[in-house]
Formats: sequence, structure tokens, C-alpha cells
Amino acid sequence: MRLLLAACLLGLACAGTAAASEERPTAAELESELVCPVCDSTLDTSNAEIARRMKVRIRERIAAGATKSEIKAEFVEQFGERVLAEPPKRGFDLLAWVLPLVGGALALVAVATVARGWRRAGAAAEARPTDVPLDPGLERRLDDELDRYE
Amino acid sequence: MTGRLRLGAQAVAVTAVVLLLGLLVWKVAFGGDNEVTGALASGETPAAPAFTLERLDGEGELALDSLRGKAVVLNFWASWCGPCREEMPLLQEGWERWQDRDVVFVGVDVKDFRGDARDFLEEYGVTYPNVYDGKGSTVGRYGVTGFPETYFIDRDGDVVFRIAGPVLEEHELDEGIERALARV
Repeated sequence: MRLLLAACLLGLACAGTAAASEERPTAAELESELVCPVCDSTLDTSNAEIARRMKVRIRERIAAGATKSEIKAEFVEQFGERVLAEPPKRGFDLLAWVLPLVGGALALVAVATVARGWRRAGAAAEARPTDVPLDPGLERRLDDELDRYE
Repeated sequence: MTGRLRLGAQAVAVTAVVLLLGLLVWKVAFGGDNEVTGALASGETPAAPAFTLERLDGEGELALDSLRGKAVVLNFWASWCGPCREEMPLLQEGWERWQDRDVVFVGVDVKDFRGDARDFLEEYGVTYPNVYDGKGSTVGRYGVTGFPETYFIDRDGDVVFRIAGPVLEEHELDEGIERALARV
């Protein structure tokens, strides 16, 4: 019950932070979510002239009261969707989000399958009788060979 | 059963690798980047990739195809680009000298803010047509490697010459235009 309550509180806190970020974005977070169209690195790591102008524009739009979505939409309208550091979750770009999950799921299935195979092989080896009597003829031959070496 | 599963997993892995290799080969062979620059370097005169882009100097759009029959000086620039500032007076002066002789200058403003681009054109008193390509959709197809870059297109729509970097000498500009006009 306590765990459930904690999870609910954490969820509410995260939702509140996301809403605040949408309504009152900071320049720093937008600079890390937008890419310089010339050098293909995020604005916060770029010193290109166009990146510098984009940073100025972000600050102007924040000061004017624009939301994060509005600012991003304006940049996408000017520079295209490649200006977004994260690909949008729709169309062909959705693959960028789905493929890692599918790959992870396939890897889990592969590991589980191999582990099950190993477990079965181990169980089969344990079940195999180890004290099976030798064929009397073979045992006699073995004794003879050993006697010869003594 | 385990053997069959393992075989299935191996088949999936091999298929994935083959698909990725196929994608790589397709991208290298038909990716489309640098098609003009590459062809010019090997002595060919490739067809100028078509575009229809929003005009910066007025309403509506400009299609490159609509200029067929004239030599075109196609200049890729951006307002944030320092060398573009250096060459802009020479380009405007060239336009004033050549505009009555079947020659059209077209500027393509790339990866820029529209407002900054318009301010730039006004600052330099540019009067030839300029279009806006904020997304840089033409850059890859022409093989533009930096800004500014200027392509000279003949009356049939083939690229005959290219200047990478700013055009700082009048004779460079004139040579490109004369080459474009000489091809019939």
C-alpha cells in the first residue's frame, strides 16, 4: 500500500514538472532539445553562428511567453524536423523509438531460450545414471590391460 | 525443439544483417547526395536538380524549371555566413551588368531564419530573385559543401560550372556566366 502511494506521488510530481516545463520552458532545456542545422549537434554544445542566433531567438520567445511546444513548432517550421534532437513519435521516425524496444525484447527472448536449453541439458546430465555396470568381457579386458602396466 | 528455435534465431539474425547491408549499399549507390558536384568533378554537365521554393523577395514560389531558356547563376547563401557578406556586393553588381543578356541570378537562402534573410537582402540592396530553403532540401542534391557556393546552369538546365566559396573576383563570375551562355 505504501509502495502504491509512493508511486502515485512520484507520478504526480513528474506530471507537475512536465507541465511546468511545457508552460515555462528554460533556455537550457530547449538548447539541449534542439539541434544546430549546420553542425548537427545540440545548441548547448554548438558555437556556430546560426546556433548563436537560435539561442537568442529561444530567449526572445521565452520572454514573450511562448510555450515549449510553440517554440519547437516555430523552429520545425523554419528548419524542418531535423532540428529536433529527438525524432518525433510518429511516421517513419517512430521506428527510432520502437526498434530499440523490439531489439531488447528479442534479446530477452534469446537469453531466456538459451538459459532454458542449458537448464534442460544440465537436468538431463544429472538424471543420467553414473553407476552402470560394465560389460563383464570389457571389464576383464580392462583388468588385463591394467595388470600389464603394473 | 531447441535446435529448431536456434535455427530460427540464426535465420532472423542473418536476415537482419543482410537487410542492413542492403540498406547500406542502396544508400551509397542511390543516396543522391553530391550528384551534381560529383558529376562536375568527372567532367560531366549534370542536369540541375529541380526545386520549387518560397520566394523571399515577394509572394509565391519560384520553380527552377520556369527559368529554362536562360543561363542561371544559382547562389547558395545564408545570412549567418561571413563569406556570403563578402561576395554579395559583387553578385548584385554582376546581376546589374548581366540581367539584360538572358541571364538570371537566383539566391537560395539555406538553414536560416526568414527574417534574418530578408534583413540581409535589404542591407545589401539585392534585387535579383531569392528563395528560402530553411530545411536545406537542395543542399544534398547539389552537393553543396559549405556556404557560399555558386552553380552556373546553361539554357538547357545543365550545370556547367561551380565555384565553392565566395565569388570575390568579377572575372570568376563572368567566366561562369560565359560558360553557361556558350552551351547551346
